Amino acid sequence: MCLAIPARVTRMLDDDCAIIELDGVQKEISLALVDDVAVGDYVIVHVGYALGKLDPAEAQKTLELVRAMSLVTDDTTPL
Amino acid sequence: MSAPQARTKRKFGRPLNFKRGVIELSHGSGGRAMAQLIDELFTRSLSNPWLEQGNDQACLELPAGRVAMTTDSYVISPLFFPGGDIGSLAVHGTINDIAMSGARPLHLSAGFILEAGFPLRDLRRIVDSMAAAARAAEVAVVTGDTKVVERGKADGVFINTSGIGVVPEGLQLSGNLARPGDRILINGTIGDHGVAVMSKRAELDFEVSVESDSAALHDLVRVMVSAVPQMRCLRDPTRGGVATTLNEIARQSGVGMTLEEAAIPIKPEVAAVCELLGLDPLYVANEGKLIAICPPQYAQALLTAMTRHPLGRRSAVIGEVAADQPHFVRMHTAFGGSRVVDWLSGEQLPRIC
Amino acid sequence: MKYIDEYRDGVAARGVAEQIILEAKPDRVYNLMEFCGGHTHAIYRYGVQDLLPDNVNMIHGPGCPVCVLPIGRLDMALSLADRDGITVCTYGDMLRVPGSGGRSLLQAKAEGADIRMVYSAADALKLARQHREQQVVFFAIGFETTTPPTAVAIQGAQAQDLDNFTVFCNHVLTPSAIANILESPDVRELGTVPIDGFLGPAHVSVVIGSQPYEFFAREYHKPVIISGFEPLDVLQSILMLIRQLNCGRAEVENQYIRAVSRHGNLKAKRMVAEVFELRRQFEWRGLGVVPYSALRIKNRFAKFDAEVRFDLSYTPAKEHNGCECGAILRGVLQPIDCKLFGTACTPETPMGSCMVSSEGACAAHYIYGRYQAAAGTA
Repeated sequence: MCLAIPARVTRMLDDDCAIIELDGVQKEISLALVDDVAVGDYVIVHVGYALGKLDPAEAQKTLELVRAMSLVTDDTTPL
Repeated sequence: MSAPQARTKRKFGRPLNFKRGVIELSHGSGGRAMAQLIDELFTRSLSNPWLEQGNDQACLELPAGRVAMTTDSYVISPLFFPGGDIGSLAVHGTINDIAMSGARPLHLSAGFILEAGFPLRDLRRIVDSMAAAARAAEVAVVTGDTKVVERGKADGVFINTSGIGVVPEGLQLSGNLARPGDRILINGTIGDHGVAVMSKRAELDFEVSVESDSAALHDLVRVMVSAVPQMRCLRDPTRGGVATTLNEIARQSGVGMTLEEAAIPIKPEVAAVCELLGLDPLYVANEGKLIAICPPQYAQALLTAMTRHPLGRRSAVIGEVAADQPHFVRMHTAFGGSRVVDWLSGEQLPRIC
Repeated sequence: MKYIDEYRDGVAARGVAEQIILEAKPDRVYNLMEFCGGHTHAIYRYGVQDLLPDNVNMIHGPGCPVCVLPIGRLDMALSLADRDGITVCTYGDMLRVPGSGGRSLLQAKAEGADIRMVYSAADALKLARQHREQQVVFFAIGFETTTPPTAVAIQGAQAQDLDNFTVFCNHVLTPSAIANILESPDVRELGTVPIDGFLGPAHVSVVIGSQPYEFFAREYHKPVIISGFEPLDVLQSILMLIRQLNCGRAEVENQYIRAVSRHGNLKAKRMVAEVFELRRQFEWRGLGVVPYSALRIKNRFAKFDAEVRFDLSYTPAKEHNGCECGAILRGVLQPIDCKLFGTACTPETPMGSCMVSSEGACAAHYIYGRYQAAAGTA
């Protein structure tokens, strides 16, 4: 459940609103549920509202962890 | 659209007011107002010898061969969208249905159902666009009809077009001819039309610069047929998208299909809109795309011919036909797994979950 | 699409999949429940199960708000839509779901009811502002993700003093549903426990944080991995679950660390708490009546509560006798164990909750499983 997409904030508007961009698609969303969002931040958008901010450092860490996981073969004892 | 034969400048007194005038019930009642509409709009814009004869039918000389015939009705909201409008769409769509038999489209009919109150200016824009599309495709709208319904009983304008064309000697294209091992090709990116139309629907409220792919495909088909007359089947993946068309062919031919997700061309913006709205681009409508199925040994020649045509620059081989009893369309995902690409249950709606 | 495409990468997926095969012990079975429809969707849309060994089973949980909304609640929305002067706004997901007698909102619309699909609660509010003569009811469904936007809309209606906007609130709570599954005798009883661990919600957890799941890990000794909804997230989380199970751990781990913190979105939680309060009980389609599992609008905002303004009351609708959705949602039965599956109950004519949306366990199995079954016999 809960279709939500990370998208980049490109412009701040009045009334706690902002324009987000996703590969050439622009949409107005509400920032009423989040604090301290700035242009350039990635937010998680659900039904036209930002639910939270995406942490780029953690995103990178997850990908590195994925890579590391695939390389681990020594410290496991199958069977 | 039986138009009076002789045209004089002041036959109807005051000319139609294309700036502020609207369609009235009298424009469909068979009287003078209707004759004026036909004369000053339809016949003038779509002009060709058959219409100008002003008869209730067109009498046509057809070249020898099998005749392909089709009909389609066009209802679309909004009427004007990036890359086209209901007028050009009504010409392209019917030409394409003819062309998918391999036939050269020759003549169209056009029936208009107009809602009282519809602005004449918009109607002229639609008819002019229809005329331009027909001219560009070298196809004539040879007969027509106009009806007007009360306000509130239609959505501005509905158009029905029928068409006929002649199939080249010896050519046999049909949805039941796909065989295991055949290759599946498409002439470009998927979902452009559906996304372009959605982008102009008020309730969805997003901005994207994607144009409808609405186009007449008969010239591309001509090139394809002459390069690979051994083709099995052509079909245009309109409503229901590529997924629906492939399921139809799979069922008709009693075969399965296997697609390669990574090979299917899609514009990033179209993918992004689908992502935002929770739609699957395989089910989004196209109006200038065709699916071609051909024996494997001809796939490269067909692809080469297609990519040389302006309407096929981004053509690709997207999968192959498989022997498969339950006639499933499957797809190898770019992620490395596989999924079934099933028939759609009902209309595809934007979702939140 | 940045932060999306990287998590759909086939090469990375192969690496993780190989590691899962390496680490999953062949002498045991791993029954893992993905609670959310979002995970179910990723699993079948990207073919994640093809990358898993046979002894790793994914059980599709009840995390699809469309599926778990009981028919009786949908009937209430339909009855509102049938009244003159009322416009019902709802998300596209709800439109096709059949209510009593098979009648859906889409069908009611065809019969003349004023029903609008909206993308956002804010759109419903806007409609009310533009049409002050019309009563606009927002038919709100969803978990903790979709609840905060509804709270914002209600507060907006109050700020603008709108007297023609109400919300028919059907927001439900994820932890209560997980607890209900774990508490059910057939799951709890030793020896028949079919669920070894959970993939926890992605976007629900963005709002509520990872902390609420710590109780499950402790109390029921089940590991929970908060997992993103992209297929690589799902695969990585499965490996994390297997690792915990292999060494007997039962902890909450956060794979979706790029968006989920321990305490979640405090501002969103505060706004929800201002507007909503717990219902003593709420019926879930497939799970039955679950205590403290849903929200209702507080008295302070009763003016915006459609149930109050239009004096609605709930009458449970009867589900089909043969429907096994409850047992399927708890992982006790498979879709094919249900007599109705694929015969009376199909995506075109859904009888039970699991067939209602494409994220439901039965609908997903109908589409994907049929192929596997066919391929197995071919």
